[in-house]
Amino acid sequence: MRYVEEFRDPKAAKRVLAAIARVTGEIGATAENPVRIMEICGGHTHAIFRYGLDKLTPGGIEFIHGPGCPVCVLPMARVDECVEIAERPGVIFCTFGDAMRVPGTKKSLLQAKADGADIRMVYSPLDAVELARRNPGREVVFFGLGFETTTPSTALSIQQAAREELSNFSVFCNHITVPPPIRALLDDPHMVLDGFVGPGHVSMVIGTHPYDFIAEDYGKPLVVAGFEPLDLLQSVLMVLEQIRDGRASVENQYARVVPEHGNPVSLAAIADVYEARPSFEWRGLGEIDASGLRIRDAYKAFDAEEKFGIGYAAGPRVTEEPEGCGCGAVMTGRMKPTECPQFGRGCTPDTPLGALMVSSEGACAAYWTYGGARAVEEMA
Amino acid sequence: MCLGIPGRIVEITDAARLMAMADVSGVRREVNVACVAGAALDDLVGAWVLIHVGFAMAVIDEDEAAETLEALRGLGEAQEALEQIAEGAKALAEQ
Amino acid sequence: MNMTTRVSRLRGDRVTLAHGGGGRAMRDLIEEVFTDVFRPPGREDQARLTSEALQEAGAQLAFTTDGYVVTPVEFPGGDIGKLAVCGTVNDLAVGGARPLWLSASFIIEEGCEIALLRRIAATMAAEAEAAGVRIVTGDTKVVEKGGCDTLFVTTSGVGAIPPGRDIAAVNIRPGDVAIVNGVLGDHGATILAARGDLALSTPIESDCAALGHLMEDVIAAAPGMRAARDLTRGGLASALNEMAAEAGVTVELSDEALPIRPEVRGMCEILGLDPLYLANEGRAVLFVPEAQAEAALAAMRARPEGEGAAVVGRAVTAGRIPVVTKTAFGGTRIVDMLVGEQLPRIC
Repeated sequence: MRYVEEFRDPKAAKRVLAAIARVTGEIGATAENPVRIMEICGGHTHAIFRYGLDKLTPGGIEFIHGPGCPVCVLPMARVDECVEIAERPGVIFCTFGDAMRVPGTKKSLLQAKADGADIRMVYSPLDAVELARRNPGREVVFFGLGFETTTPSTALSIQQAAREELSNFSVFCNHITVPPPIRALLDDPHMVLDGFVGPGHVSMVIGTHPYDFIAEDYGKPLVVAGFEPLDLLQSVLMVLEQIRDGRASVENQYARVVPEHGNPVSLAAIADVYEARPSFEWRGLGEIDASGLRIRDAYKAFDAEEKFGIGYAAGPRVTEEPEGCGCGAVMTGRMKPTECPQFGRGCTPDTPLGALMVSSEGACAAYWTYGGARAVEEMA
Repeated sequence: MCLGIPGRIVEITDAARLMAMADVSGVRREVNVACVAGAALDDLVGAWVLIHVGFAMAVIDEDEAAETLEALRGLGEAQEALEQIAEGAKALAEQ
Repeated sequence: MNMTTRVSRLRGDRVTLAHGGGGRAMRDLIEEVFTDVFRPPGREDQARLTSEALQEAGAQLAFTTDGYVVTPVEFPGGDIGKLAVCGTVNDLAVGGARPLWLSASFIIEEGCEIALLRRIAATMAAEAEAAGVRIVTGDTKVVEKGGCDTLFVTTSGVGAIPPGRDIAAVNIRPGDVAIVNGVLGDHGATILAARGDLALSTPIESDCAALGHLMEDVIAAAPGMRAARDLTRGGLASALNEMAAEAGVTVELSDEALPIRPEVRGMCEILGLDPLYLANEGRAVLFVPEAQAEAALAAMRARPEGEGAAVVGRAVTAGRIPVVTKTAFGGTRIVDMLVGEQLPRIC
């Protein structure tokens, strides 16, 4: 596959790894006193484990797995609200496969489906629009989930539905944005991060400048990275070089896809359809100011929260996390997945307690699936 | 987050709705090209795009890709040069 | 020349509840659609069978059963009938049994097209003949609309294991080589695309095939064969996890050695799936002693259903993890059992 295979070349990887080892040595980082690099994006976490990159990089580098997995940071109450909408008569509830197994306080969407709700897994929000066209007598609700990468797709879908006056289509909007939680993490006094690997596909939409504050205000380097193993390794090297040289700037390793100023059509669609919520709840991180989006009044007819009087539209919310769940501490880097008292005990992929064990991008599930041997040894 | 994969636009299927057929290693799926559509839609045919949830989100820049690979190659050469210097120094020290 | 065209006694194009009612309509359906095609021996309710293969001293009778449900029932490269014949033949064959007889039971949804049933019965008869088995007994039931999805098929199979043959996962020893008979995941990818709800189109066809002849050829070429399993739901990953646990070994795969079609890889990239877990219906993984690996490979490659045969890994002394794979970079990752079904993802 073009633009994929070239960036998975093991020979080239060896050379980058040698350079990474050299620069790590030059910095003086060791296993006891490592450089801590957060890969913000769950896709990067997945790639690190899929290719075993954590075991190939020197001990002087520690990867902290960031909050960039939209499923992992989804509060249980939102899952409950999905189930509530899906179980209404006449509703066809459409979702990406990712959200199917996430536990709510009572059940997951997969269980709701078994209980009789009409829940369909789709590949694209456009497939939900098509379902609305074909089922004029049913309410088709799309579970809008994801960061800036995915937001344009639901915005464009809502615009399309508006043009066609598809009054039976709506979106349950749970879109969130990357920069606010990063600022929250940087403001956390317990946080000890030396640099960031930035989510390339988010920057494909928003460009690289929204991260300038990380370098300018907090003095941390960030490199916007692609998703193939060579992309990741090169980005790690670029972060290390900045640390070694005492620099902090936002660099773009993924220039083949990421334009400096993002994608104007995507940004216009987001601005047209969505506005920032005053605050939005992140699982494990709590309410974060201006970190979530809601549908503007102009498109109110397509807002499932308004249509069904649910979620933030229903008034103040109380949320409870399952007892003993350490997702919050893991997500902020205060605890490794294996340090969570529930890891592998009360919480496994078969019986997930927290969202980090549910999503294949969750740090805990990734530890379990790909790093399991080491994880089990660490626990022993 | 945000699985995105490169595919090639092979045909415009519905100009009004900005839909096109994309090919990913022989698998085809209709995608929306609103985000990458320039003045002439037909110019997209043959272009490599990055696809996410049924939308072409970016046109992949061939020159930038080549430059990144070149940088990786350069890294290899620099590394080899360093290794040679290190070996030379070792040999000198052993003499 | 005087040709007489047989006139169908079946009224209408679709199965109705009358076809399950025990009367003439049911008899007509069974005779015209099934028994005229399968030609079972005798007219009694049970097949009465003898086989020399079973009379040899030390021969064992192998007996297996499997239910088949698939949406859609017809797909590129096969249909539910082909799955039902090949799947049960394969369940027998991978244990070293020579398949002899099958039963076939059909749960038919009211409204199912009779032409569809005819097509499926024809595939089954052809597949059975090619595999060297006979469909000797069967049953039909008709359920109300919504009671099943078009058609469910259950086949049971009987085969004979020749004296002295012992093919089982517990025989796998460290050092044994793991071989598959062709590219992985074609069936799973075909069904995902054929369902249509993901709006993907591909040139991929199901790998559905009967492996009885292939197994016999490989056993002849590599008589020390330890174990074999057909790869169905859960793919290579699940089969190997079961085998490794039973044998008390660890299986080490190599990512680079896995034979996977570019189109299947493409589909996996689009949907975020792992091809190691995709379903197959004409693939098996075989463990043979290293010294016989080349012979086993050559025997496989000599048959069309073994054309793409490849060594994918080997058994090693048991570690903590049953199945691991080496990445191209020299890293390793665990190949675990799936919790449930693999779901497409966007993250």
